[in-house]
Amino acid sequence: MMKVFGVFARAGAPKMPYWAQVTVIPLLNIFVALALAGCVVLLLGENPFKAMAVMLQGAFVYPGGLGFTLYYTTNLIFTGLCVAMAFHAMQFNIGGEGQAIIGGLGVALFLLFVGDSLPLIICLPLAVLAAAAAGGAWAFIPGYLYAKRGSHIVITTIMFNFIAAAVLQYLLVNVLIAPGQMSPQSVKFAERTHLPQIHELLALVGIETESTPLNISLFLALAAAVGFWFLIWRTSWGYALRTVGQSERAAVYAGIDPARMTVQAMAISGALAGMVGVNALMGDAHRILLGFATGYGFAGIGVALMGRNHPLGIVLAAALFGILTQGGSELNFEFRNITRDLVIVIQGLIILMVGALSLMLDPPVARLIALVSRRKEET
Amino acid sequence: MNQPAAASPPRDAAPAIELKGICKAFGPVQANQDVSLSVEAGSIHGIVGENGAGKSTLMSILYGFYEADSGSIEVKGKPAAIEDSADAIGLGIGMVHQHFMLVPVFSVLENVMLGVEGGALLAPGKRRARKEIARIGEDYGLKLDPDELIENLPVGVRQRVEIVKALYRGAEILILDEPTGVLTPQEADALFDILRTLKERGETVILITHKLREIMAVTDRVSVMRGGKLVATRETAATNPAELAELMVGRKVLLQVDKQPREPAEVRLAAEGLTVVDGQGVERVKDVSFSVRAGEIVGVAGVSGNGQDFLLEALAGIRAPARGTISILDLQISPERPADPAEVRRHGAGHVPEDRHAMGLVMNYTAEHSLMLGYHRHPRFRRSWLLDAGAIRRHAARVLPEYDVRPAEPRLRSADFSGGNQQKIVLAREMDEHPQVLLVGQPTRGVDIGAIEAIHRRILALRLAGCAILLVSFELDEIMSLADRIIVMNAGEIVGTVAAEGADDHELGLMMAGIRPGEQKAA
Repeated sequence: MMKVFGVFARAGAPKMPYWAQVTVIPLLNIFVALALAGCVVLLLGENPFKAMAVMLQGAFVYPGGLGFTLYYTTNLIFTGLCVAMAFHAMQFNIGGEGQAIIGGLGVALFLLFVGDSLPLIICLPLAVLAAAAAGGAWAFIPGYLYAKRGSHIVITTIMFNFIAAAVLQYLLVNVLIAPGQMSPQSVKFAERTHLPQIHELLALVGIETESTPLNISLFLALAAAVGFWFLIWRTSWGYALRTVGQSERAAVYAGIDPARMTVQAMAISGALAGMVGVNALMGDAHRILLGFATGYGFAGIGVALMGRNHPLGIVLAAALFGILTQGGSELNFEFRNITRDLVIVIQGLIILMVGALSLMLDPPVARLIALVSRRKEET
Repeated sequence: MNQPAAASPPRDAAPAIELKGICKAFGPVQANQDVSLSVEAGSIHGIVGENGAGKSTLMSILYGFYEADSGSIEVKGKPAAIEDSADAIGLGIGMVHQHFMLVPVFSVLENVMLGVEGGALLAPGKRRARKEIARIGEDYGLKLDPDELIENLPVGVRQRVEIVKALYRGAEILILDEPTGVLTPQEADALFDILRTLKERGETVILITHKLREIMAVTDRVSVMRGGKLVATRETAATNPAELAELMVGRKVLLQVDKQPREPAEVRLAAEGLTVVDGQGVERVKDVSFSVRAGEIVGVAGVSGNGQDFLLEALAGIRAPARGTISILDLQISPERPADPAEVRRHGAGHVPEDRHAMGLVMNYTAEHSLMLGYHRHPRFRRSWLLDAGAIRRHAARVLPEYDVRPAEPRLRSADFSGGNQQKIVLAREMDEHPQVLLVGQPTRGVDIGAIEAIHRRILALRLAGCAILLVSFELDEIMSLADRIIVMNAGEIVGTVAAEGADDHELGLMMAGIRPGEQKAA
């Protein structure tokens, strides 16, 4: 096996400059993934360039397209940050999906049963906190089980996804379902607790736009990204967490308790995923329903991988995945042979390129850059 | 060329193994340097040397884990190209690793046949293996119950399974890597009986160890490695532990250190009946008592792996004591009240760990961030709950040149410094806190001569300033030139304590081999 890997990770490759690591390589990864997806489109008997054009138009140009793109982006920023937070402790949180569901349940239960009796100025922050607390609590359990019993976080968080989905389904079907309803969804939250949507805000200043689910949660997501950066790179807590992730023995030597740090990181990670509930329910559906978080938890893994666990990268990667999600839904309308599932193919290829095959592109690119910079020095 | 003519093997039989001019480098580290070794067929050949002397690398080359950069291998007189362990097994070479390669939930039978099941169906292979295990048991006195699960077996018996495994694969040349590290003395004696039986049956045994008693007890010949080179080969009967210890440790010129006299003051670090166990429950430090006073350096001498690492970790709060007490300044540590490393540090004790790569530094951190490891909650690095990037940078910009770290570049990754400069970063961090007690493990391992001198000067300056220093080193010279008193450890116990002044390295070498001062006349 070592011999096989040796082909890709030859020691001879020069060191890649940092700027290339964060620009050239991700772009190259996207390009290769898109090219491969284009081949798939070609095999299906359609024109890949036309498909690409339709997706871009769907994501940006068509009425409401941009709003939907940014709405998806918001969810993906939250789940991308969720995965990245755990990753800085060298843990793989696969449970973003379940944590988003429970976070949504938290905000919904709060708004349905408590929130309406409170003044708005208290109700709204508390609703956001309820989402974070519920999602965080859901991720705390696997973290705690890992710290106390050594249960593998990948396994427990996957299982917790199923439990969360089942809990949501049970509650919706048996408890929360609106009277007289056939489909499992709750009654609407009180009107005043709905988060302002961007098209409403734009209408206030006289700009008429298509109605889209995009709401002020986008700013919450951007604020979370900034907060994430501060927490990880500018606080001693973040320093301790990164030390645990980099070298557990060094952490122990420094008097940092790795188990404790892992539990805390997992709780914060889950809280970030829980915020999907704020965007999807408080900002858009205005009730709780099945499937509001579907796919975001897993897409978050790709977002975090592609964003290299840095909030700026995550925001950009989330935007890319948002574009793919929204643009992809247009494919259904325009083509007979390809559906929006193509987006899943593209996302999968991107993750493959970024995660599994990143070593394949790195050495040749590093050699090329070294060659070019040497040429420049000579002339 | 290193061996006396009398030790030459009889010319009629080709040596079992003949290594010629083996060289192997890992990056800048020369792990094996022009090693030539001849192992006589049907003998027990010991290879001794300290950790990092290159013994394991050499055996890994012989067993196909690594490929030598240059040099040749002959097995039973024929040139051999060993590219992986399958080649080695094919040539009749078997290896018993220090850490057993057994599947705990499989039976002895299943482990022995693992990898050589001989077909898609298990039953015929199992029948064959069962017969073979019985035969090997008869021939070599290696009795085993083939149906017992590995996890139910004591360590000594597990090792026997490893030996049977190698014999089952047709091994005629058996390499044992530090086989007694995990054994009790009784189990070790049983192992030696087995090795003698193997020899009687014509097997060749290569025994890698750093314990001189074992060499004396069981081997026919012994080769000593130091710093990647094979420095000597001796007939065991014609040598003695003192000579081997000297060859292992190396008799280098004492480094010039300018040590000023200082009267030790109050006791700042003390251990009383301290016992430390590892994860498997093996006692690594046994009932150890000592004290270190202000302005005094106490050196802990001993061959690597005799409990020094566990002792340091216990004192630093990383490992809780199993029995006994530790007092560091005004902090009391006991099994009932363990301390964590942060607490030990808060009480004014610094710790320079033995393993700077895994513990002392975070390789991916910049120098300035490695410089606050363990002190990241210190107010001087913080502005309320945020880290103060400016203060961290200024701290690094001040201490890096002060401790002569080159390059003095706060933003360079820790991994990109040379070994000596990495060590200076760790020392800078721990010493700049002006500790009252300093625990130092292996301060100059893998460090170039220039840096060694600088590090020694720093340690002596700290002693002069009144710090109580415990220094663990495998370099006897280092201990003899720095320490005021020397504690010698062997197998987790203190063999004796001697004043550094007038200490005799022969005597210390014998103590390191576990021979107490009183027994030395007899030995």
